[in-house]
Amino acid sequence: MLTESAPHYRQPLLKTPFHERAREWSQLDSFVPWSGYSTVDVFTSVEQEYFAIRNASSLYDLTPMVKYRICGTDALRFLNRLVTRDLSKLGPGKVAYVVWCDDAGQLIDDGTVFCIGAQEYRLCTGERQLDWLRASAIGFAVEIQEITEDIAALAVQGPTSCALLLRAGLTGIERLRPFEHGEFTLTRAGREPMSLMVSRTGFTGDLGYELWLRPADAEPVWDVLLEEGSPRAVRPVGSRALNMARIEAGFLLPNVDFISAAHTLYVGTERSPLELGLGWLVDFGKGHFTGRRALLAEQERGPRRQLVGLDVDGNKPAHNALLYSDRSARREVGSVSSATWSPTCKRNLALAMVEAAYVSVGSTVWAEIYLNRELTWQRRVVRARVVERPFFAPARRRSTPPALY
Amino acid sequence: MSSTGRSRYDAIVIGAGHNGLVNACYLARAGLQVLVLERNTFVGGAAVSRKLYDGFTYSNCSYVCSLLRTEIIRALELPRFGLQIIPYEGGCTLMRNGEHLAIYDNHDALRREIARHSRHDAEAYERYVRDMLRHCRFIKPLLMREPPDPTSFRPRDIRELLFLARHFHGLGEARMYDTLRFYTMSCADMLEEYFESEIVKAHLAGSSIIGTALGPRSPGSAYVLLHHYMGSIDGAVGAWGFARGGMGAITQALASSLQASGGEIRTGAPVEEVRVQSGRATGVVLESGEEITARVVVSNLDVKRTFLKTVAAAHLPPEFLDRVRKFKIRGSSGKLNIALDGLPQFPAIPQGSPATRGDMHITDTLEMVERAYDDWKEGRWSSAPYVDMLIPTQIDPTMTPDGKHYMSVFVQYCPYQLADGDWTAAKREAFGATVIDAIARHSPDFKELILHAEIRTPREIEAEVGLTEGNIFQGELTFDQLLFNRPLPGYAQYRAPVRGMYMCGSSTHPGGGVMGAPGANAAAAILRDLGRT
Repeated sequence: MLTESAPHYRQPLLKTPFHERAREWSQLDSFVPWSGYSTVDVFTSVEQEYFAIRNASSLYDLTPMVKYRICGTDALRFLNRLVTRDLSKLGPGKVAYVVWCDDAGQLIDDGTVFCIGAQEYRLCTGERQLDWLRASAIGFAVEIQEITEDIAALAVQGPTSCALLLRAGLTGIERLRPFEHGEFTLTRAGREPMSLMVSRTGFTGDLGYELWLRPADAEPVWDVLLEEGSPRAVRPVGSRALNMARIEAGFLLPNVDFISAAHTLYVGTERSPLELGLGWLVDFGKGHFTGRRALLAEQERGPRRQLVGLDVDGNKPAHNALLYSDRSARREVGSVSSATWSPTCKRNLALAMVEAAYVSVGSTVWAEIYLNRELTWQRRVVRARVVERPFFAPARRRSTPPALY
Repeated sequence: MSSTGRSRYDAIVIGAGHNGLVNACYLARAGLQVLVLERNTFVGGAAVSRKLYDGFTYSNCSYVCSLLRTEIIRALELPRFGLQIIPYEGGCTLMRNGEHLAIYDNHDALRREIARHSRHDAEAYERYVRDMLRHCRFIKPLLMREPPDPTSFRPRDIRELLFLARHFHGLGEARMYDTLRFYTMSCADMLEEYFESEIVKAHLAGSSIIGTALGPRSPGSAYVLLHHYMGSIDGAVGAWGFARGGMGAITQALASSLQASGGEIRTGAPVEEVRVQSGRATGVVLESGEEITARVVVSNLDVKRTFLKTVAAAHLPPEFLDRVRKFKIRGSSGKLNIALDGLPQFPAIPQGSPATRGDMHITDTLEMVERAYDDWKEGRWSSAPYVDMLIPTQIDPTMTPDGKHYMSVFVQYCPYQLADGDWTAAKREAFGATVIDAIARHSPDFKELILHAEIRTPREIEAEVGLTEGNIFQGELTFDQLLFNRPLPGYAQYRAPVRGMYMCGSSTHPGGGVMGAPGANAAAAILRDLGRT
C-alpha cells in the first residue's frame, strides 16, 4: 500500500509507507532523494538523533534499499558465482554481508543476502542491479524479481532496541543472534497481530535490528514503537545522524566511499574489494566467482592503495581533504571520502583512500583542511594517524541475549 | 552588411555559415584583415532564423543546438553578442497504439518512465548512458584539434599521433575493444546489446540516422548517434537546446563578434571562382566580375562545391579531384517549417507532462525506421517517415505572436533524386502531405492549426544553403570519412592542394552539426602557417 502520489513526471520521487508518519515527526521538513524515494535528512537535530542511536534507540526508514527475490534450483549456485564470499553454508534464517565485482574484480556494489529457504534468497542493496543480476544469471535456473516496493523496511538500532521490541510485543526477539533473521508476530492489545520478518543487522555498528514489513503494517508498527519508546528517548532519525554512526562503525557508503564499477566514467576510479579493505569477504577457496582471477592477481601484486581509518588531529572534520606525505603538503598520497567528529569516541574520524605505503596502522599522513573563521578561510595541514577500524565496536552489538533496559 | 570596399585582404572566407564565421572570427582576433563573402542576402548558411510567414520566425534549416563548442562560445564572446541556449524540457516518441515513451530531465522520473515499458531497460539505460559518456570522453579532446596525418613524419604529426595513441591506450584494454567496435557497428546492433523494449530502441535510434543516408541497421550508424551525443549545454553532456530567437541567433552573434574585431562581411556577393596563380590562391572573382585579392582563401563550402565549382580543375591534382567526386555526400533529409494557430494536442501525452517540450518522434520500432530507409534506397521519400519534430515556441517566447506556435519538422528520409523522375512542385507538396498526415495521426487538431508550411526537400536545401545534395553534414559521418580521412585521405588538415587555400566547413574534421570546431581548427592551421601563433 504505497501512499497515493502524483504521476512520476510531476513527482519523480516515490513516498515510502512511512512517509506520512515521517512528515508528522519532521520539524524541519528536510527531505532528500534516496534511490528514487523521498527520505528524511534530519527530523529535528542531527545531534539528538545521533544520540538516539548511541544512547537509546532509533527508527530509520530504509524502505528505499533495493530488494530482490532470488529463487530457483540454482539460486545458491547463482549467488555464489555472483558474490566474492562463500554462501554455501548460509542456511535458512541467516544473513551475510556480501560484495560483488565485475569481471575485472572491481566492486559493483555491496549488500546483504538473506537465506529464506533452500531455494529462496533475498538480496538487499543500495542501488538497482537488475541489469547486472540478469546478465549474471544466464545459464542458471534462477528467477530474479525486484520486490523493493512490496516491502517496507525499518531499522531499529541502539542499545535499548531489543528491550524496545520486546515491549512492543515481539516475543522471542532477545534470542535472535547477529546476522540471523526470523519471522515474528507483533501482538498488541487492541490491534490485529502483525507478522513481520526481523533481522539482527544494521548500519550503525551497534545493537540493532531491521524490520521487514508488509507496507500496510508500516504505520501501525511505527506507532507502536514510538508509543512505547518516545518516553525513553527513542526517536526517528534521518540519514545525517545515521551517517555519523556508520562512519564510527567503519561501514562504507556507495557513491561516497566508492563508486560502483558499473557507473565509472574515468579510467582508474573503480575500486576493488581488496582496496576497500574488504578482503575478508573474498573467498578464493570457494571455487569460481565473478572477478576471481583479477582479484587473485591483485592480491599477488598487492593493492596499490587501500581504504583506511584515520584519526585526525583537531576537531574539524576532514571532509574531502587531500592527504599528503608530510607537513609541507607537496606530495599527495590519498584523499578522505568520509569524515565526522565522533561524539561517542571523542575523536575526529575519517575514512580515506591512501597509497600502499601508508596503509598500516600507525602510519601518519597529513590532511589539508579548510577552516571557515566567520567567512575568513584558513588552510591547515594537520596530522592524521591510521588507526584500527571499526572506530567504535561496543560488545553489546554481539551479546545475545542483549541487556534489557 | 557593409564592408570598407577595399580590394585586398589578409584572408577571404567564402560562405557565411557558422563555420565560415567562426573561422573568420578567430582570424580577425589574431589581427588579420578578414572579409567573409556570402552568396545569400543574409548570413548564417544552415544556421538561420528567417521570417517566411508574417510574424513568425523559423529556424529554417538546423533547428536545435548542442554541439556548438563551449570553447568557441567563450573565446568569441557570443553571449555578449546575444547568444542564449536554453535546454529542452522533455521529449517523446508517440506510438501507433496510442501509448508513448517520454524522456524527462529528472533521473528518477525518466527511470520510472522507461520502467513503464521495461524495468530491465530502465536500468540498462544507465549502463547505456555511462558507455555513451565514456565514448564522449574519448572523443572530446579530438574535436578541437587538427587530425594527425598517420603517414607523415613531421614532428607535429608524430606528436599528435602519439597523443592519439596515448589517449586510446589510456582507455584501458576493455574500452579499447569497445571503442573500435562502436565506431564500426550499427546503431541497432549497439542498442540491442542494452535494451529489450522496441520503443526504447526506436526512440534512441533516431539520432543515428538524422542527416544520414544510413538506416539503423547499417554499419557505422552507431557513431552517428554518438555524434549527436557529444555536445553539451552548461556541462550537461548530451543535452540539446534551443537558441533563443532561432538558430540564426548563433550566426548573428558570430557576425557581430566578427565585426567587433574588425572583420567584414559582404552579403549578396557570390564567388565565381578562386583565383590561382602558380599553384597559389591569390584571391577570388565574384560573379559580378569584381576581383578581391588575399593571402589566404578559406572555403566554408562543402568539399565538392569547393573543388568542383569554385576552383578550376586545371589547378588541382587529378587523383584529388577523383576522390572529391567520390566523396559521399548524399541527400537524405527534408524539412517542414510550420506556422501554427495554436498548440496542437497530442492525446498520448498526459496532462502536465513536459514530454512535448523537446524532440517528438513517431516511429516506434527499429523496423519502422529501417523501412523508412528502404524507401530512400528505392528513390522514394519515406511513406512512414522518421521525424524529429519540435515546437520551440513552448519555451522560446520570441519567435511567434502570443498564442501562436512554430513547429520544426526534420524528416528522414527524403532522396535528392527520385526514382520516378525529377522533383516537381507537385511531388514536393505530396512529400509534405505525407509528413503532415503522419503527424496528424497523433494529433487530431494539428491540420486545422496549420497557417503556413514551408516544405523543403534536399533540392531546396541545396538551392538555399548550397550544401551538395542538401546533405546537412557536408558529407556522411561514416568511419571512412572521419578523423584523418575527412574529407579525404591526405587532406584532413584543412589545407587544400592549392597553397594559401583552406577548407573550414563540416566536410572537414570533426564533421557536421552546428559545432564550429572545423572553423576553429582551420583557423588554427592558417595562423600556424602564417606564423601567427
